[in-house]
Order: sequence, then structure tokens, then C-alpha cells
Amino acid sequence: MAKPIVATTALASCFGCHMSLLDIDDRILELIELVDFNKSPVDDIKKFTQMCDIGIIEGGCANSENVHVLKEFRKNCKILISLGECAIMGGLPAMRNDIPVEECLAEAYLNGPSTKNSNTEKILPNDAELPCILDKVYPCHEIVKIDYFLPGCPPRADLIWNALVALVTGDEMKLPYEVIKFD
Amino acid sequence: MSSQIQSIVEKYGNDATRLMDILILITKEKGCVDSNNITEIANQLNISQVDVEQTLSFYHFFSEQPRGKYTIYLNNSLVAYMMGRAEVAEAFEKATGTKFGSVSNDGLFGLYDTSCIGMNDQEPAVIINGVIFPKVTTFRVRELITAFRAGKSAQEVVNSYGGGQNQSLLIKSMVTNNLNRRGPVIFSDYKPGDSLKKMASLNSKEVIEVIKNSNLRGRGGAGFPTGIKWEFCTKSEGDEKYLLCNADEGEPGTFKDRVILTELPHLLFEGMIIAGYAIGAKEGILYLRMEYEYLKDHLEFNLDEFRKKGWLGKNVAGIEGFNYDIRIQFGAGAYICGEESALIESCEGKRGEPRNRPPFPVQVGYLDKPTVVNNVETLCSVVKILLNGAEWYNTMGTIETTGTKLLSISGDIRYPGVFEIEWGMTIREMLEMAGAINPLAVQVGGPSGRLVGENEFDRTICYEDLPTGGAMIVIGEQRNIPDVVKYFTEFFIDESCGSCVPCRYLTVILRNKLQKIIDGKGVISDIDDLVNWGKQMKIANRCGLGQTAANPILSSIENFRPEYEAIIEKGKDFGTTFNLEAAIQESCREVGRFPLA
Amino acid sequence: MSEKIKFTIDGKECFADKGKNIVEAAKANGIYIPTLCHLEGIEAAGSCRICNVKINGKFMTACTTEVADGIIVENNTPEIQELRKIIVETLFVSGNHYCAVCEKSGNCDLQALAYRYKMLVPRFPFEFEKKEVDAYSSKLYLDRNRCILCKRCVRSIKTKDGKSIFAIKGRGYKAMINIDYELANKMTEEEARKAMDTCPVGCIIRKEIGYITPIGQRKYDKKPIGSEIEEPVTK
Repeated sequence: MAKPIVATTALASCFGCHMSLLDIDDRILELIELVDFNKSPVDDIKKFTQMCDIGIIEGGCANSENVHVLKEFRKNCKILISLGECAIMGGLPAMRNDIPVEECLAEAYLNGPSTKNSNTEKILPNDAELPCILDKVYPCHEIVKIDYFLPGCPPRADLIWNALVALVTGDEMKLPYEVIKFD
Repeated sequence: MSSQIQSIVEKYGNDATRLMDILILITKEKGCVDSNNITEIANQLNISQVDVEQTLSFYHFFSEQPRGKYTIYLNNSLVAYMMGRAEVAEAFEKATGTKFGSVSNDGLFGLYDTSCIGMNDQEPAVIINGVIFPKVTTFRVRELITAFRAGKSAQEVVNSYGGGQNQSLLIKSMVTNNLNRRGPVIFSDYKPGDSLKKMASLNSKEVIEVIKNSNLRGRGGAGFPTGIKWEFCTKSEGDEKYLLCNADEGEPGTFKDRVILTELPHLLFEGMIIAGYAIGAKEGILYLRMEYEYLKDHLEFNLDEFRKKGWLGKNVAGIEGFNYDIRIQFGAGAYICGEESALIESCEGKRGEPRNRPPFPVQVGYLDKPTVVNNVETLCSVVKILLNGAEWYNTMGTIETTGTKLLSISGDIRYPGVFEIEWGMTIREMLEMAGAINPLAVQVGGPSGRLVGENEFDRTICYEDLPTGGAMIVIGEQRNIPDVVKYFTEFFIDESCGSCVPCRYLTVILRNKLQKIIDGKGVISDIDDLVNWGKQMKIANRCGLGQTAANPILSSIENFRPEYEAIIEKGKDFGTTFNLEAAIQESCREVGRFPLA
Repeated sequence: MSEKIKFTIDGKECFADKGKNIVEAAKANGIYIPTLCHLEGIEAAGSCRICNVKINGKFMTACTTEVADGIIVENNTPEIQELRKIIVETLFVSGNHYCAVCEKSGNCDLQALAYRYKMLVPRFPFEFEKKEVDAYSSKLYLDRNRCILCKRCVRSIKTKDGKSIFAIKGRGYKAMINIDYELANKMTEEEARKAMDTCPVGCIIRKEIGYITPIGQRKYDKKPIGSEIEEPVTK
């Protein structure tokens, strides 16, 4: 039987969930035995080359590119997992959700401590290559169907490990008390 | 210290339990209760400012900010919409130059939505500075606003009087009674004062016995046996007891008490005296919704007449030692205050949050004293029962539900108004009686009741089958059921006191889910979610409002599921309201990116 | 000796002192009934509704109901668990709970209940409603994003002459916790700490002091909320 194929990505997030994935320590070697990676920062494959079994999403959707990538994952993965608070509920980026976009942009590019003296022409970045900021940061499952949720900021390595093993082996996922944490 | 605020607070004896009256009077005199007033009230009552604010902020008709020289409260009940509210609202916005929820720049007009004002038989209706304007049209809106700009008062632009007492000098209102059917109990002829003579010939136990034997049940909707409630109260310890009359009819679609208060205040007051006598009450309080403030002078006049006749005051009706008076306590716009324990809290100057039970009001009620709370219609029935006997009363209605019921029927019918019927009428008969036009559904008992369809039209109106407080909203076949349900759900969101978690917020979640379905983004599981989540409301919340807040959703899905299934996305297991184009609008506009990608 | 009352919870025979409410009576018998708004020693509010149990077949809040002889209490049934999960999830979406940056994380009763019920994601959409943070008073700030309107502070934190320092403002989903600045500024350090401890979530926060307990040693890091009742420490 072929090994299940895993793809991963980080949307609006800090990459901490991917770091936590590496926190499974030497079990990473077992993981390599269990699965193959496709599109992922782990192996630096940029584009999907085949249909994947499991897609792991870190981060919520803060801009149009996040939405695009998320939809790509939905198309190319049989199972999608929201990994971490940002994917699940927007996380810290979503703390801007009750602030109008206008104010967010002004704080970032016009009035913020790092820009107010340097951006003398008061330019808001607007290049066709740049994605458009969304009105708020969206949890992934409000845009596409998500099959599983692994909370945490970051999710504990054991939670990720337990979940992946359960998915690959078909066994029931172990959820001991210590692994479900939101911080 | 401003002497004006000081004197108002002093007028109510520096008594924090009279905070409602204090806030009402300040609102009347100054248009709002600002932060300085709050400080003054707090100091004068020796309570903290947040305690003043918690009451002030609870009620719809109180405000910390001015609400315009002309404060316009436009009813936003479902039936108002059915009768053309949308265009009237638009006309108000255009004529005043301001939007709903705000005051015009010149400070002249404040526009506000308000929950059902008890005029469902003459919608769209609006309250302007306490004056009711029913059956408002866009033409009338322009006429009113022009007159106000010319300095006319709201009362000055009243241009017709409704029938009956509405045209009396003490009311002078455009409201019409629409009393379409008089029945043998409430609206039968009687001689005022006779019941008090009868009462004087009986002791309180005997009065309670008559009411118990009549099997009269509370007419507000819950249907608790009245005589038993009184008896419980008499058995509670304490010699200071209270009788509260619930005239806060706020269930959208009900307006029967309005007609009683207009035409039969003496009947009601007699009932309040009999109940007070039966339970040994020290005082009776008529808790009246602010929407009916236009009846105040009329009611006060009738109370004065009673005092002159010796029917209130010392040794009432010649009964040695029965000292009893009635005062009117106004609410200030809160549906929840129709719940008896919330009503008591409100009478004590607090937020209208229902209390936990036990203890029940008959044990620990107003000012922690044993208290009976009865509906207006219940107390009116009491008078006729005492006069004509329990046996007479038992000949009417069904086996478990004796007597008559006032129905407030509105919606898609030819003859909206009040109908006194004997319990036991079928919905189908009722529809025929009121001249329903192609009825699709009937909301029995208002939003907190049940949405019934043709399959239930042969059910009978009575406690053993379809119980109701009397609000009947007929929904014609041109209407859209999910939209109707959304209006009702929004009503519950607006009127939740906010105490219980599910009522405070699960209602919002349910409304949003409903909106998703209405917007065509729902999938089959969304309908199931509505049912599964809605079911929790019944079991989770403390009071009747919360427990019934999902009834429109649940009963409509039960009876009209195809209406929902017709508008969902078929064959999909995931639906989303996310719209990329809409989501990037704001940022693209900010950075100047066009055309929007 | 006070009179002992006999009753059952989920079929287990229990005994309690007369006058106890059902939360306390259950606790005395090693049974945990979850609570959020309830605080021992102050008048029950019955507002969070999470302690809903079935008493003789009828849903009642355990914190507001006195134990009575022979009652049959259902606590740990699928129906009740489902209701409790729904309440927790409702609270998560009705506020803005960014646990990662909350000083109460690890000591928060709401979070702990979510852990206990293994909430991976609330079933409801997040609304991200704007809530004002209030930092005007000198010793405390209120982060209303986290408030669950349990009214513990309203009921238990008063001045010496009985005035309210906290109260609710507004109604329905717009209701929010409100603080009397003048009275709050007169609070002692101890009173301010008590206010923060009274808050089951991270809404009332003391200024200038924070994050004292390291991760791993916080109240709910190792064991679920309620386990101290279910597995009493044996000495």
C-alpha cells in the first residue's frame, strides 16, 4: 500500500504550528516512514504535483492569496486539517477584526512607529502582485469545509502526532487532557 | 446639585425602589438622563452610578443622549412590515434627514425602531412624544414632519379620534378599538360597583373559593389557576402583601388589554380590588407599558372616581379595616417585564431580569413580600365570575379551559381587532370569523407561541390543545415563512434581558444561521442545526422568553420544512457566506486598487 | 448536627446537609457539576445555565435549587453534556477569546471547561463583535472581549457601605460589564486582587502585575476542572 501523502501550508500565521510539528522530535523519522510530503514548506515543494490525502493548514485567511491557497488545498486534499488557533479562529491576527481596515492600514503604513517617519509620501502599498487584505481574518472553516481541528497556540507536538498517526492508521485519535490547550 | 433632579428624587421619597419613576420623570422633563443627572441621582439615592446606569440602560425608552425634540418610535413588528412599514420608514428618514437609530443634525427628530406597541390592528403605527399615530402612510409622514417643523406639538396634529373612550377629553387619541366581537364575560354589560357589594358580603376565603371553583386560569398565556395562586399567597407568611396587575402586554400581536384599559378601566380596577381583598393586599399596582402612556390621565381619572366612591382608600366598599389603594407603575419599553418576576424587579426600580424560582412571587415578591401578579384580562374575568357565579362560568369553554378568551387577531385578514370567543374554537373557525385572506399559517400566541399551518387548522384554542395568550397573527400565502421567522427571532434578540447565556447569544447564532439560509447559502445540515440548537433554548433558559425564543424556528421547520428546503443549496454538504469580492472591497478602496480584482 | 438528606445523582446514593444547593451537595459526594456564574458564599445567579441538571425529570439549575429529600438528579447524561458543550461554545463565539495572550489562560474556568469537554472548535461561527476595553480605573482594567456576564463581580464586590462597584449596562447581547471608576479607584490592593480572582475568565485584570504563574503550574494545566472534586486528595 502506498504511503499517504501530506501537504502543509501556513497562511496568516507565525509558522509556530509548523515548528511544533518539528517538536515531535525523533518521531519525525517514524513520520517519514508513515507518510510522504507533497506541497509543503517542509520539503519546499511549491505546487501540488498530485492529489494528496491529508492537507494541514496553519493560519487563517487575512488576504486574497490565503483564500486562494486554502481553496487549492481543498481541491487537492482529501482531508483538510485546521492546525492551531489561527486556522481555527483567526488567532492573534484576528485581533484586528473589530478595527476597520482603514485604521489597520494607517497604523501599519502611515502612523506606526516604524513607518511614520520613513513613509513621508504616505504611500499605501498597491502593486498588482500584492494580495488584497480582507475585511477581517477568517477562520478556515468559514471559507472551505475543514474535516479536523487541532487547537493550540501552538498545538502540542503530541496532539499533532496523535492525530496524524490516527488518520494514517485508522485508529481512534488519542486526546489525553494535556494535549488539548488553546495557548 | 441641580435642584430639578433633587426635587424629582425627593418627590419619590429618595427611594431607590422608585428609580423607574425618577428616570421616567427626568426623561419627560429633559428628554434624556445624561451623565450629570446619573451622578446626581446616585448621590441623592446614595447608590453607585453603575446602579443607576444598569436600570437606565435596560429600558428602550430611556437614553443617556438626547433623542430629539420629536422622538419617533416606529413599530417594527412583523405585521407593521406586512402593512407597509418599509416605505413609511423610508419616508421618515427622507423627511427628517436622519437614519433610524439617530437624531437629525438640528436636534429636532430622533428616529427609533421599537418592538410591538400594541397596535397590530392598525399598522404601521408610530409613537411620537407619547402620542400614537396609527395607520401611517408616506403622505401622513410628510404631513407630520412638516407640521413639526412649523412648531406644532404631537398632540396638535392628531387629526381624528378613534371610537369609544378614545375620543374622550382625557384620551383624545387616534387609536381605534376595533372591538369586533363582544362575548359573554369581559365585554358583557354590567353595573359598576355591583361586584364590590357582592365582595363585601363574602370573606376572603369565600372569594377565593368562587374563583377556584370557576377554574379560571391566568390569561397571560401560562394559564396558572388563578384561585390557587391567590390561595398560595394567603398561605405565605407576612401581613404586607401586594397585588400587581400585569398590563405590560408586549407579545407582538397582542392588543386586547389596550381595549380593556380604554373601555373598561373600572372593570379592571374592580378586579384588582377583589383580588387585593382576597389575598389581603396592602396595595395594588397596575404595571402599565410605556406604550400605553396615552391612557394615563384616563386611568388616573377612573382611580379618582373610585376613591370618591369609597372603592379605594380606607375601609374599601364599606369593609371595616380593608384599606387598599391602586397606583400605576409605568414600564419603559421591555417585553421581558411581562414575565411576572421581571415585572416585580422593574417595579422595584431595577433591571427587568426574571428571578430564579423558587421562591415564587406568591412567597417572595414585590419588596420581598408575598405578591400576586395577574393579567388584565384575568382580573376582569374575576369580576364577572363573582357576580354571576362559578357555575355560570363553567358552562362556557371546554372541560379544562372554562370561560372566554380575548383574541387579538391581526395580519392578513379583513377585520383585524379584538374578538371575545369561548375557548374551544378551532383555528379554522377563527380564520373564518376574522375574514382571513388566503391564510398560509397562523402564529398562535405571538412569537413565543407556535406557527401552525393548514395541517393544524382544526386544532382548538384551549389549554388542552393550543394554549394562547390571545395574539393571533395570520400569515397569508404571499408571505415567505423563513422571513417571518427571522422577524420573530430578531424580536427575541432585541428583548432578551441578557442574563442567560443561550437566550443572550444562541438567539443571535440562530438568526445568523437563518439569514444564511435566506441568502441561499444554506445546506441541508443548516436546517438540522437550527433544530438541534433551537431545542436547547427550551431546556436551557430561566424564563418563558428564553425558553420560547426558538419556537418560531422550531415550529416553522416542523410545519413548513419544504419552504426551507426550497431555498438551500442542493446536493452540497458545505455552504459558506464568504464572498471574496465583498471581503476585499474595503482594502481595495483604501489603497486605490481598481478595478477591484 | 444538621439534618442529612438522601438523594441520588445519576443513580448514586448521596447525602447532604439540608439547605445546601445541588452544586454543593454534589460536591460533598465527590460529584462535579460544572459552574461558571456560581461562587460559593454569594447569592446564586443561575445565569450561565451550565449547571443545568435534571431534577425528577425537569431541567433546573443546580446552583439555584436546594437539595431535597429523595430527589433524583441526572447530571452526566448525553443530553445534559450536549447542552453544557453548547453553552461553552456559545460563550467562545460570543466573546473574543484569544487565549494565547490572556493573562488568565491556564487559570480560566471557561477555557478549563472547554478542555474538559474536549472542545476542538466551537460549532458556531465566530462573530468578532467589537467590545470596548476599559482601562480608566487606576487598579483594574476590564477586557470585555473576555467577559461572560456571569455577574460574579456584580454580586460579590461591593464597597464597605454596600455600594456596587460593578454592574451590567445594556441588555441582551449588547449587555456589558460596567465599572464605577470613582469607587474602583478607592479599592485596596487586596480588594483589587479579590475582584480579579472573582472573575472566572480574564475580564477583570489587575494592572501592573501579571503572568505570575509559569505555564505548567497553572490551575488547569495538568488536571481538568472538577477533578479536585472527583478525586479528592487522600492524606
